[in-house]
This record gives sequence, structure tokens and C-alpha cells, in this order.
Amino acid sequence: MLRLNQLEITQGTFRLLADLSIPAGEKIAVIGASGGGKSTLLALIAGFIAPKSGQLIWQDNDITDLPPAKRPISMIFQDNNLFPHLTAAQNVGLGISPALRLTQEDHTKITSALDRVGLADMATRKPAALSGGQIARVALARLLVQGNTLVLLDEPFAALGPAMRAEMLDLVSELVSEIGATLLMVSHAPEDAKRIADQVVLVSDGIAHVPKRTKDLFENPPTAMREWIG
Amino acid sequence: MKYPLIAAGLCAATVAGAETPILNVYTYDSFTSDWGPGPAVEAAFEDICACDLQFSAVGDGAALIARLNLEGDHSEADVVLGLDTNLADAALAEQFFAPHGIEMPTLNLPIEWSNDTYVPYDWGYFAFVYDNTKKDTIPANFRDLAASDLKIVIQDPRSSTPGLGLLMWVKAAYGDEAPAIWGDLEDNIITVTKGWSESYGMFTAGEADMVLSYTTSPAYHLIAEEDASKSSASFDEGHYLQVEVAAVTKSSDQPELARQFLDFMVSDTFQTIIPTTNWMYPAATPAAGLPDGFETLTTPDKALLIPAEEAGALREAALVEWLDALSQ
Amino acid sequence: MARRAFTISPLGLWGAASAALLLFLTLGTLLAVAMKAEFTQGLGRADISALCFTLTQAFFSALLSVAFAIPVARALARRQFWGRQILITLLGAPFILPVIVAVLGLLAVFGRNGLFNQTLAMFGIETVSIYGFSGVLLAHVFFNLPLATRLILQAWLAIPSERYRLAQSLGFHPNDVFRQIELPMLREVVPGIFAIVFLICTTSFAVALTLGGGPRATTLELAIYQALRSDFDPGKAALLSSIQFALCTLAALIAWYFTKQQSTAAGFDRVVQRTDVNTLPLRMIDASVIAFAAMFVILPLAMVVERGLSGILTLPSVVWVAALRSVVMALASSAVMLALVLPLALIAARRRKAWPEAVAYLSVSASPLVIGTGLFILLNPYFSPRDLALPITIFVNAAMSIPFALRALLPEVRAVEATWSPLADQLGMRGMARFRLMLLPRIRRPMGFALGLTAALSMGDLGVVALFADPDAGTLPLMIFRLMGAYRMEQAAGAALLLLMLSLTMFMGFDRGGRQNAAT
Repeated sequence: MLRLNQLEITQGTFRLLADLSIPAGEKIAVIGASGGGKSTLLALIAGFIAPKSGQLIWQDNDITDLPPAKRPISMIFQDNNLFPHLTAAQNVGLGISPALRLTQEDHTKITSALDRVGLADMATRKPAALSGGQIARVALARLLVQGNTLVLLDEPFAALGPAMRAEMLDLVSELVSEIGATLLMVSHAPEDAKRIADQVVLVSDGIAHVPKRTKDLFENPPTAMREWIG
Repeated sequence: MKYPLIAAGLCAATVAGAETPILNVYTYDSFTSDWGPGPAVEAAFEDICACDLQFSAVGDGAALIARLNLEGDHSEADVVLGLDTNLADAALAEQFFAPHGIEMPTLNLPIEWSNDTYVPYDWGYFAFVYDNTKKDTIPANFRDLAASDLKIVIQDPRSSTPGLGLLMWVKAAYGDEAPAIWGDLEDNIITVTKGWSESYGMFTAGEADMVLSYTTSPAYHLIAEEDASKSSASFDEGHYLQVEVAAVTKSSDQPELARQFLDFMVSDTFQTIIPTTNWMYPAATPAAGLPDGFETLTTPDKALLIPAEEAGALREAALVEWLDALSQ
Repeated sequence: MARRAFTISPLGLWGAASAALLLFLTLGTLLAVAMKAEFTQGLGRADISALCFTLTQAFFSALLSVAFAIPVARALARRQFWGRQILITLLGAPFILPVIVAVLGLLAVFGRNGLFNQTLAMFGIETVSIYGFSGVLLAHVFFNLPLATRLILQAWLAIPSERYRLAQSLGFHPNDVFRQIELPMLREVVPGIFAIVFLICTTSFAVALTLGGGPRATTLELAIYQALRSDFDPGKAALLSSIQFALCTLAALIAWYFTKQQSTAAGFDRVVQRTDVNTLPLRMIDASVIAFAAMFVILPLAMVVERGLSGILTLPSVVWVAALRSVVMALASSAVMLALVLPLALIAARRRKAWPEAVAYLSVSASPLVIGTGLFILLNPYFSPRDLALPITIFVNAAMSIPFALRALLPEVRAVEATWSPLADQLGMRGMARFRLMLLPRIRRPMGFALGLTAALSMGDLGVVALFADPDAGTLPLMIFRLMGAYRMEQAAGAALLLLMLSLTMFMGFDRGGRQNAAT
């Protein structure tokens, strides 16, 4: 279980409160109006910003002060997920060893991860020679080798077309289920949330609300939610 | 890196002295260059001294003194070679040098030499050098030059030994009238350079009609390049003399060897090397005489030289005059 | 993250060591010279006028250099033509030539008997003399226009092409583009570039004197030289040098006041396709600006080449040996420069600190003579100067290149940090791994430029290390000087040509190496 215990974030005049729990193995969509603090919440969980007060607890461990890489977290950003000067395989390999000191066993792992996302024959390509969808798949392959139990997606695949994005989300959903991880995804597309999320965290009015079942929330949206769906 | 040498330097000469003795000679850079007297001098002296002669080079005579000042008690110098008579005065001798204590051969300097610290090894006259294929009306003195439309390039007395020489030349020839002479020369002077090389380079590139150099400069072109087109103008007020000297340092740890070197400097071997490497007159004409070509050089009727003792005091005032005259 | 900011990191140590070395070379040596003072005459009338002249010429030199550099950089940024890359490289050449060589090249064009006056005479127009204040400005613009152009060009190419596209879609006139897009960029970079050129010009000596036509053109650096050399008054030298540092601080503060932090990502050397500037008048303007700049810079270089052609074949072997020695030392200087500049750039970029830039600025305004003398005073009691000739030369040349290297590297290091550090943090890439896998591959291009510039600057150096020179291990510039000192002007010209070729080759090699390996 991921516990956000009385967390408070302030950035200038902006303030966000979060006091909620997310059950392990669940897929959560974080939704809310633009500028409401969705990405800030994710950055807090990932360790890029420190809270003013409160704790972040994962499986009974306080991870509030851990640097990003020491947290059991894999993250996919909006863009800049792959280093342009490294090959697909090397970019995946960074998930195993940040210094790219890889054993034979690691290479096997990388190959099978790339295979799993359908890029078996693209291992030696650099990002410039890959399509947007393929770049996303490489990032997902890295997520596989990292094997972390918490997966964060910050408005992923925003640059892809709707069909491609749906395909990627399905793949994410499958992979996360395979490794038994918990997923938190920031999204501003309602259909994305509906597609893969079990529950939804609504961020509005400076508060990250406790998660609600996706189906319930969309059938009976609160006011803030209605504005957002439009 | 030569770690053993650093170690040797740290432990002073106690360690080094056990082996071949080292004679440290401080001099100006062009003396040690492959085209200067240095290499031949080193080889010839090492043949007779059973020692290792090491040159340390700095820019010029004034820089040598600055370096001695900087080093103070730490100086490794045994011999300092390359001061000129504008700089080498009694105060300097008192501060850094020991009496030379050698037997002087007959010198052929244009002046009487009776100094017991400084050993002269070569000399020359400052002069304006021109291209005789381009100019035929040559001024006979500074007033003529100032009245002509000839363009000259000179060196800054604040940064150059010949530049200082010219300053003293005008002062020696004209005394209180010197500022007026400089004032008249102002429109002839294209520019003033940091050192001799810049000036001479500008002259050979055709930028100036005349350049402040030496009466011996044409000898280089004649002998080394078989080019007779360079001459020096003969000035009837006389030419200022530059006598280059060497001395043994007080702090030398090889005083015997240093004196042997001074002795060598006025010997035939050394004096024979000088004319066609340093392009100056040897202080003691070697037995074989001067190289062919030197007889074609301008020989001034009158040598001017302000004794070092007076030069020091005059320098400041002359420099201010010079600056004032040329800064308007 | 914020909670760990105060622990001592390897980077912090590395940066502190680098800064300490630079401070030692600049302020430390100044202090050493000051301590040597026994008596001081204080500033005289001549020193005050030297100060005024130094300030005036440096101000106008910087003003003209930057004012000309802007249209040249603009033309180079928006035009694609054959030889553009070669021209940009050649533009770097005056900056890296030894002073004496560059001055003779300049005089061959603008001197009394130069091409310019010969042309005037051919048409019966009265010739002009460049000696005087205008000559000083001409020479300083010749040396610094290329540097200013190169630095402004980099900023120009860093403007994201989307902005130009947006401007085009909004139907901007080129004047609107200038006002809305280019002017804000210039306001960011020009104050810093102006300051750097100003500072370079404050330490001018031989160039100002020669082209200035005499003692009217006496600069502070000449006064320092005089104080150290003929008057032996270290106190005065230290005082004059302190004035130079004060000027530096003032210039840096003024520049900092006018500079807004450059927020845009560093650009790539590609020409933005712009349809709005394809009108004939604009094309004519750009073409003439480029032609003028090319003539101005390349003609004097061509004269250096022309004069050296006959001499280069007759160069004795010692000159070739010296050339090889210079090349090796230049490469070593480049390596040392990189080791010194990288931590400074990283600290400035990651921790948003201003001090690394401040430290780097110091070495622009340090008097080479004071550095050399100070080092000599400090080291001579313990070491024989000739044994230190090699390391001192390498380190001092590296340190003198830092300001330029930092200016070139910093924007791109900032961009890399901003773009890639979330991913690297998330993946746990730290220390050497982060450096090797994230930073280095992304900054190859400015690094190539910085390495090339350092190598070339080191090739041309003569000044600082004169006191430490080992006569048996001369460098190529020393050989040129010695050849000239021995009347061998033709061979000296040949050696100068050799130096020019080697410097440019190294500069181009590094520059191109960085460009080619910079993966997209």
C-alpha cells in the first residue's frame, strides 16, 4: 500500500494537500484541471520535490527522504525518456545499471524485454531511427527490466495519435499486471482513465482527493469533475 | 619532468657538486637561440672546462636584472651575460656582482674600459638602417632626419634596450635640446614598438623607410643573405655606443668556473663566434680579424656613451621628456 | 533533494579545487607580487593617463567589435552558402595568432604600404595612416570581432526554430522578427560578450602600442611591464594589476546587471529556413556584411600565408621540433582546461551558482606579466624555473582559456541538465556514470569548440611563461621570436605560417570532431 500521510506541498502561492492511501497492485489515474497539481503530486511521489510536511510510506517504509533512484519507482515522463546518443538496448540497460556495466545475463534480460514489447530487431537503433510508438515501447521495456513495484506515468504518450495511445495504454496495463506493480498515471484524457484505471484520484482545489472507483466516479461525477469532463 | 633535477635544486649544489660541476649562465633569449652564439659557445667552453654549461634565458638585459631582483638569495646564476652599459652601473655591481678578477686582453672598444666588475664581450653602434635601393638622400643627423619626410620606426625605451639606447643617444648628443629634437621627429615616427624584432619586421616588410637598429645590421644581410641593399645612416653628431657585458655573481657556488668562463669570453674562440652570430663587433678582435663584409659597415667618427653612473639618473628625466614630446 | 544540498560532494570538491587553482593564478600571484614590494612610487601622471587610455580604447574596441559582430552573426545565422563552415572556422583565426604575427599581417593590409593604401594610391586617392587611436580600434576589432561573432552566432542558432515558424505563420516582417525574437536574445547575450571583449582589450599591450603609433597609446599592461622590468617596483605592478581586477569586477557587475539568464536550450548549428528574409535588399545586405567580414579577417591572414610560403620550406629542424613540442603542450593544455572547466560549468548549471563565472572572468583581466612574476616569486625558492617550464606553461594556458571555454559550454550544460536530469535522477545515474552517459555525449559540440580554442590559444602563447622558459625546449612562438631576433624575417614568416596552419588544424579538428560525434 502507498500511503500519503498528511502531505503538504507548497510552491510559491500554490499549495496541495494529500492524505490518502493507494492499495498495492491497483491502477490509478490522477485527473484534474490543468495547473491543478497533478504532475506536482507525481513529482513528489517520484522524489523530485520534497514535501513541506507529512510522510510518504510504501509497504510500511518511510520513503519521504529517499532520492528518486532509491525509491521502488519506475517513471515514464511526457518526453525525453530516451537518451538520443544511446541505442535502444543501452537505454533499456540503464534500468539495470545506471553506469551501463552489464553482464551477459543482463543482456539476455534486455533482449527479452525488447522482445516483449515487440522491438526484438531494433536493439541497436538510436532513438532518431525509431518512431514515436517505438520510442514509447523502449521506455516500457526499461520499465520491465527495472522491475519496480510502483510505476508512475506523467501524461505519457501525449504526442501519439489516439489509436496508438490506446495501444500503448493496453500494453502498459498488461506489463504492469505481469510484474504485479502499482500504477499511477497522470492524464487529462477521460478516455485514458476509463480505459485502464481501476480507481481515480481527483486533484482539485488544492486537494488530492481519496481514490474512487473509476466507474462510480464517471457515472456520478462531482462538480469539479464535471467541469473537467466538459 | 626531470625529477632528479628538482631534487638537485632542492638540495642545493651539495649533491650536484659531486658530479660534473654545473655553470649557470643567465642571458637574454636571442643569445641562446639556435641562430645566436649560445650553441657554439656552449660546445667550445664545455670542451675545455669539464663542466656542464647551462643557459637560462629571459627577454633582454633589463629583464635579466628584474629576474635577479626577483630571485634574491635563491639565484642559481653564476654568470650574468648580456647587460648593457645603460644598465650595468656601480649600484648594480654592489648589489649582485663580484669583481671579475681576470686578466683583460687588449680590447678594441671605441672607449677606454677600466671596470673591475663588468667584462665587455661585444659592442656596436645604434644606427638607423635603410634600404639603399629605395632611398638615396640620407639624413646626416637627427635634425636632417626630422626635416625630411622619411618615416622611421623605433622601439619604446620602457620595454626595449635599443629603445633606451636611442633615448640616451639623443640625450647625449643634444642635452637640453633633446625634447625639441623629439618634438621635431614626431611626424617622422610611424610608430613605437615593444621590442626590436617588431620594428625590424615592420621595416623589412616595407612599412618604414628606416628602423632603429645597429651599424652592424647590414652585415647580416650582406654575409648571411648576400644582400647588399641594407645600409646604416652615418650621423655626424656621433653614434651612441652599446657595450654588452658579463659579470660573476656574488652568490655563485662556482666562482672559479665562472671566472674561467669570463676569461673564455674575451678569448679568441668566443670572440670569433660573436660577429656572425650576435652580429656585433667583438670586444677583442680575434687574431684572424673580422669576417669579410664587416669592412663595408659605417664607422662613426664619434662614439657617444653616457657612463652607467650618470645614465641611471638621466634616464628618468629623459623618459619624461620623451613621453611628453611624443604624447601630444 | 533540497535536504542533501549541503553535503560535500565529489563535484563540489572538484569545483573547489578548480576554483582554488584559478584564484591562485589570478589573485594569489597578485598577492605574491604585492608582498615583494619594498617601496612603491604610487601612481604618477603617466599611470593615470594610461588608465584613461586603457579604458577608452577598451570601451570603444568592445563597442565596435560587438556592433559589427551582430550583423555578421545574423547574416551567418540565416544564410546558407558554400564555404560557410570554413568561414566560421577562419573567423576564429585572428584570436589565436601570436600578436606579432597578426600585427604584421594586419599591417600588410592596412599599413603605409599595405594593400589598402596601394589600392587607394592606384586610384589617386590620398593614402591614410592607421596609426593612432583608429589603428588601436582596428586591431582590436580584428582580434575580437571573430570571437564576438562566434559567441553571438551560437546564441542566434539557439533560438528554437518553432519561434521563427510561429513568426512566419503570423506574417511577421523581418523587423518584427528582430524586435520580438532576436532583440530579446541579443539583450541576453550581448552584455556578457561586450564585457569579455572589453576585458581582453584592457590587457592589450604590444598591439595597442604598435598600432597606436607611440606612447600616446600606453596601456596599463605596459605600465605594469615597465614597473616590473625597468623600475623593478612590484608594489606598483600589483597596484596597477589591482586596478585591472577592479575594472574586471565592475565590468562583470555591469554585464550581470544587464544580462537576463539565458533560458533557451542551446541550439544546433543548423540554419533555420526562413522565407521571410529572401527579399533582394536583405540578401544584398547579408551578402555584403559577410563579404566585408570575410575580407577584413581573411586578407591579413592571406598576407601571413603569402609571406610565409617561401620561408616554410627552408625551416631548420629545430623549428619543426619546437612545433611538435607546441602541439603536444597545446593538447595537454586542452585536457587540463577541460578538467578545470567542467566542474565549474556543472556547478553553475546544476546549483545555479554565479561564482564559477565570476572566478572565470578573473583570468581574463589578470595581467599575464603579474601571473608569471607571481608564480616565479612563489615557486623559485623551491624549484628551478626551467624544470617547471612545461607544467607551468600547460596550466597557465589552460587557465587563460577557461573564460572562453566556460562561455561556450555553459548554455549547453544548462540545457542538458534541464532536459535530462529528471530521467537520470530517476534511473539513479550518478557520478561518473551520469557524466559519461548523460553529460559528455550531449555537450560534444561546445566541448570540441572549447578544446580547439584552448589548443589554438596555447599554440600562440608566449607571454606568461617567459620567466619559466627553458631555452633548450622552446615552443614555436618562441622560435618565431628568435628567428626575428636573428634577422631571419623570412624564416620567421615561414614559422608563423606553420603556426597558423597547426593552430587552425587543431582548432578545426576538435571543432569538427565535436560536431561529428554529436549524436542527434
